[in-house]
Amino acid sequence: MLIVFFVLAFVAVGTAISMLLTRNAIYSAIFLVLNFGTVAILYLILGAPFIALSQITVYAGSVVVLFLFVIMLLGAERMPGGEPLKWQRFLAIPLIIILAADFAINIAREGGKIGMVDLPIKGYGAPADIGEILFTQYALPVEVTAIILLVAVVGAIVLAKVDQTGRRRDMYKREQR
Amino acid sequence: MIPVEYYLALSATLFALGILGVLLRKNALVVFMSLELMFNAGNLAFITFARMFETISAQVVVFFVMTVAAAEVAIGLALMVEIFRTKRSIDIDQLNSLKG
Repeated sequence: MLIVFFVLAFVAVGTAISMLLTRNAIYSAIFLVLNFGTVAILYLILGAPFIALSQITVYAGSVVVLFLFVIMLLGAERMPGGEPLKWQRFLAIPLIIILAADFAINIAREGGKIGMVDLPIKGYGAPADIGEILFTQYALPVEVTAIILLVAVVGAIVLAKVDQTGRRRDMYKREQR
Repeated sequence: MIPVEYYLALSATLFALGILGVLLRKNALVVFMSLELMFNAGNLAFITFARMFETISAQVVVFFVMTVAAAEVAIGLALMVEIFRTKRSIDIDQLNSLKG
């Protein structure tokens, strides 16, 4: 069991690092799919099959396809190399090291005391149970989520309307002068 | 049997890598992908605790997080397409029009 976890953790961290390092945004998106896939398997091990399959359909499916679509639409695979903000890099790396040390210290301090998780018993976290809670106890949040999605769809359509773009571009060009 | 802190360590690592991407990468799309990575790390910690305390409700919360993240991606990518159409670039160092 531990071996499976370590293999999955290795793949997840490896794909995350590769996603950050590769210069081509399309490869980044592909590595992101792999990462989501491995995390979905971890969800399965943790007894959340419904969440695991939602992860695959929502994240690895639609979100990454949307990313790939936008990357190819914009032709933004490779950014033209400009000078990176040097001071930002010098500031970012120590801050990340502090954050990672903070995580490490806290996890190490609680290490061994938090508990162990085993493979779930058969039928734990079944989609039927989730659905039952979702539509009884969490009925109001479901409705709110529906409204959020509706607003997101309407917002995306309004933002992508073509006839506004020319005016904005003129404004931007006037500002540049 | 896997100790819970292994999952938490993995989640923390993924979260730190996501922050690293947000801070260091210049391509706005890759910054966005790093944000998704951080959402994912948070969800992993959440599911771990859900398993530890044996509550199904926590899984429902993760489901809501995923829904809101999907809405955020739709809006964010629409904004990015619009910024690209206006400025012909999605390099985040170029987005400095509000600078005084």
